[in-house]
Amino acid sequence: MPNTQQLQDLTTQVRRDILRMVHKVNSGHPGGSLGCAEFFVSLYQDIMDRNDTFDMDGIGEDLFFLSNGHISPVYYSVLARSGYFPVDELNTFRLLNSRLQGHPTTHDGLPGVRIASGSLGQGFSVALGAAQSKKLNGDNHLVYSLHGDGELQEGQNWEGIMYAAGNKVDNIISTIDLNGQQIDGSTDVVLPMGNIRAKFEAFGWTVVDIENGNDITAVLEGMAKAKSLTGKGKPVCVLLKTIMGNGVDFMMHTHAWHGKAPNDEQLAEGLAQNAETLGDY
Amino acid sequence: MKTYTNTGSKDTRSGFGAGLTELGQTNENVVALCADLIGSLKMDDFKANHPERFFQVGIAEANMIGLAAGMTIGGKIPFTGTFANFSTGRVYDQIRQSVAYSGKNVKICASHAGLTLGEDGATHQILEDIGLMKMLPEMTVINTCDYNQTKAATIALAKHDGPAYLRFGRPKVPNFTPEDQNFEIGKAVQLTEGTDVTILATGHLVWEALEAAKSLHEKGISAEVINIHTIKPLDDKAILESVAKTGCVVSAEEHNVIGGLGESVARVLSQHKPAPQEFVGTQDTFGESGTSDQLMDKYGLNAKAIINASEKVIKRK
Ligand SMILES: Cc1ncc(C[n+]2csc(CCOP(=O)(O)OP(=O)(O)O)c2C)c(N)n1
Ligand SMILES: [Mg+2]
Repeated sequence: MPNTQQLQDLTTQVRRDILRMVHKVNSGHPGGSLGCAEFFVSLYQDIMDRNDTFDMDGIGEDLFFLSNGHISPVYYSVLARSGYFPVDELNTFRLLNSRLQGHPTTHDGLPGVRIASGSLGQGFSVALGAAQSKKLNGDNHLVYSLHGDGELQEGQNWEGIMYAAGNKVDNIISTIDLNGQQIDGSTDVVLPMGNIRAKFEAFGWTVVDIENGNDITAVLEGMAKAKSLTGKGKPVCVLLKTIMGNGVDFMMHTHAWHGKAPNDEQLAEGLAQNAETLGDY
Repeated sequence: MKTYTNTGSKDTRSGFGAGLTELGQTNENVVALCADLIGSLKMDDFKANHPERFFQVGIAEANMIGLAAGMTIGGKIPFTGTFANFSTGRVYDQIRQSVAYSGKNVKICASHAGLTLGEDGATHQILEDIGLMKMLPEMTVINTCDYNQTKAATIALAKHDGPAYLRFGRPKVPNFTPEDQNFEIGKAVQLTEGTDVTILATGHLVWEALEAAKSLHEKGISAEVINIHTIKPLDDKAILESVAKTGCVVSAEEHNVIGGLGESVARVLSQHKPAPQEFVGTQDTFGESGTSDQLMDKYGLNAKAIINASEKVIKRK
């Protein structure tokens, strides 16, 4: 298993990938992607028990579902750098005829992706279904999922959240990217959601907090703790506090870069703050 | 042949925003709702000018439709704003029961329709929304072609009593219809006169149809271009009169050929005056990422495709 320095190096490289991908096509979502880099790297390089080759059914391995599909840049970068497809293919992000669609899709056969996402609020249900399928198969591996905090405003989430506890789906770890931002502003301005921890608890979930979701060690510890809480009759939720745009100073703590690509100068500035580690694609 | 000038390309969604701004000043019953896409829908001005009549609902489209239906009780005229996909498929049953069946005066305003939103890809590119909405009893369905027309349609909708779906798009496209036009719901607009083929176009494809007509004219083919901005109620009379003259039709839309304008036209023709028809639209497929122009080319939704379809349909007469 990679050590912390190696994970940090990979995280920096992933940040470069994200910036270069969205810059090239002048579209895509860098803010949420940058904030979740540590989470994805920890998940794919350490936390998840994964098979070497991809197959849709994923029997005998942990599964991951991205519900907030707009942060595809971080997902694609980490999938590529975890061996699912050639790193060079990141060059085709959002281009015509690419497997790297704006939002993740199974339609074009990209290894690593098991469901389309992009229309928000559907991922809880899908991840819960896959978790139920694992139980039916007698497969005691886990299902992981990631959701945006703004995304939680969609009602379907709460149908799934209620279902999970009611049906004791205890082989799932669902993480919420608590960056406090969405498109039109901070979540508190757009639609205040009150105490999210209390809401999950009231719906019967076990909740784990990761106070610094941009610290690799904190993420590893928090996710390990979440893992230890599975199999006890309750679904597990991780509240991951991140900084939107993390690692590029002018993109941090604002919704402004939710869905906006840097120009040439801004790209150079962002890359200068994240020196090459493992090599650009 | 009558020709049209692009007075400066603009996005149709900005036409909606401008129309809403004007309504804010002229009709105090108009209220607006948005689901975390104020900038994309160009609703910023209305929000700034009338904060008390603007409702940010968060990322919760189903709730938005229900709230809008409720606001009509007491005389408000709600305009909801989100992307076309999340305005229709996402909330179909909410629209069906609380708006259409209940006969509520809600205006469902939908941006980023079709392929031309570009790089976001198929999850956001709905090509089925005209079909979904036209199937709902009592729903009016409008797909405007440029900035000026979208602005005029937005304003006209406030005077129209009943549920309506207004479809527009993301990219900058030629602006060529009159600034001071009187938008008449359900009344097709004849743009060129012709005798060899009728081209019935809607939305972004109207300008492409005019471009096609120019090229056809150079080849000695006389095309009658009609802007079908209202897909429901359809202007049967205008269609039948034109086809009586030309004897064949091309329908053109940024939508699946299944369920779109073309099928509505085919129904009218087969009932009253069967005639050969070719369908320019997507061929029962999802979209994908790419630039707007690349996608319109790959999926055959431009002047070139309309020219080919016209030549083909004329041979079938
Ligand atoms: C059903 C649906 N409605 C609206 C959108 C448009 N949209 C894309 S991302 C987004 C904001 C999401 O906020 P959050 O989940 O907090 O993600 P972040 O901005 O933090 O990355 C919205 C409204 C969508 N993709 N799907
Ligand atoms: Mg957020």
